[in-house]
Amino acid sequence: MSSNDSISKTLIVAFSLCIVCSVIVSTAVVMLKPVQEINKTLDRKRNILAAAGMLVEGESIEQQFSRVQARVVDLTTGKFADDAVDPDKYDQHKAAKDPARSTDLTPEEDIAKISRREQYAVIYIVRDPQDEIEKIILPIRGYGLWSTLYGFIALESDANTIAGLGFYEHGETPGLGGEVDNPRWKAIWPGKEVYRDGEVEISLIKGSVDPAATNAPWEIDGLAGATLTSKGVTNLVHFWLGENGFEPFLNHLRAGEA
Amino acid sequence: MTAIKETLTAPIFKNNPIALQILGICSALAVTSSMRVTLVMCVALTVVTAFSGMFISSIRNHIPGSIRIIVQMVIIASLVIVVDQFLKAYAFTISKQLSVFVGLIITNCIVMGRAEAFAMKNPPLASFMDGLGNGLGYSVVLIAVALFREVLGAGKLMGYEILPLVTEGGWYVPNGMLLLPPSAFFLIGGFIWVLRSVRTEQVEEPEFKLAKHTPVGEGV
Repeated sequence: MSSNDSISKTLIVAFSLCIVCSVIVSTAVVMLKPVQEINKTLDRKRNILAAAGMLVEGESIEQQFSRVQARVVDLTTGKFADDAVDPDKYDQHKAAKDPARSTDLTPEEDIAKISRREQYAVIYIVRDPQDEIEKIILPIRGYGLWSTLYGFIALESDANTIAGLGFYEHGETPGLGGEVDNPRWKAIWPGKEVYRDGEVEISLIKGSVDPAATNAPWEIDGLAGATLTSKGVTNLVHFWLGENGFEPFLNHLRAGEA
Repeated sequence: MTAIKETLTAPIFKNNPIALQILGICSALAVTSSMRVTLVMCVALTVVTAFSGMFISSIRNHIPGSIRIIVQMVIIASLVIVVDQFLKAYAFTISKQLSVFVGLIITNCIVMGRAEAFAMKNPPLASFMDGLGNGLGYSVVLIAVALFREVLGAGKLMGYEILPLVTEGGWYVPNGMLLLPPSAFFLIGGFIWVLRSVRTEQVEEPEFKLAKHTPVGEGV
């Protein structure tokens, strides 16, 4: 056994083990990469469709996604900027961390607690067979209680009525804040309205909404036992549909000037 | 042949890695809130333990003592990355839920423990079976824990409704604590209790005994 412990044997074993293992690992990574990429894209498309309330289980995602078109929006000017970045390759979350491609938010602006906002956002537009805009799907994110919630909000063609909302990634408490994934709660959103006299009004309230109340179109049931997650959801919707988010773009779109 | 069968089956109840050796508790707490995720984790861990045992055992006579732990780690880590890549390619949604825990198989005490305690001293086939057996032992506990946690915590099993929840118009008020990691402690504790009541030979000798209280009057 002493020969095993000689320096040359130690080096030879360490070196050859490293070579063999790295070849195995890199082969696996390279071989499986294409499948993983397809999965990632499919997953993103599925999330987008689910948020818009258009996802039909069992049908091909690609088929369902064919009516959806990705567009790039410049959040500063509020206009389309399709030449600025390639929507298929653009990583919005990475851009938000890059000082060259994002802006710092002041604490007053930063109600969603995201600290930086990217200049370009990729949004998705669903068109009906007559090529008219049917739905607008916008990416949203913001801090809840424990984690950043990532999701999409879908608006009807009036850029005011909500068509759906969904989060595809969060780390809120299961059973409490994690109920943002509950289909029954998500079903409250469609039909509600975002803006009232030009201001973002939609909010989660404590308890259930009284359908007869005059505020009812702008109110969503709060999540029971998850006050801070509910507040976080309100804040992130306010941020992304507000003046630092997509409001300038939605105004342009409504006026037909985007 | 019986010896090999014994190495395979012994870790399931007789020498269970979680219940008797108390190894691999961390991931047992983390991934057991849903059955589907648990099953994938069990398969991943079993594959890694079995193959790392086999590979380490097949080069055991050439591993220098001074770097033996590093050699074991390199082999285990490579296997874990390969498994992780496979999950990302063929079980994408589940791999997203498992997130870091697949990567953390590297630090799972069961894998390292079996490599060091068994694979370094035994031939490849026996080591493979030992890894397989320990993976199965781990799986038995995890599946039992996940069964309780998902059914009583979320009213579902494998995502299918078992107990209709109040929030979805049923009658069952879910026990939210079961979805949180600490509940797995109680369940594993209960599992160990049941196991040791049946197999009394697993009960450990107390390491010390408490002295009796000083009788009244003696201390005065």
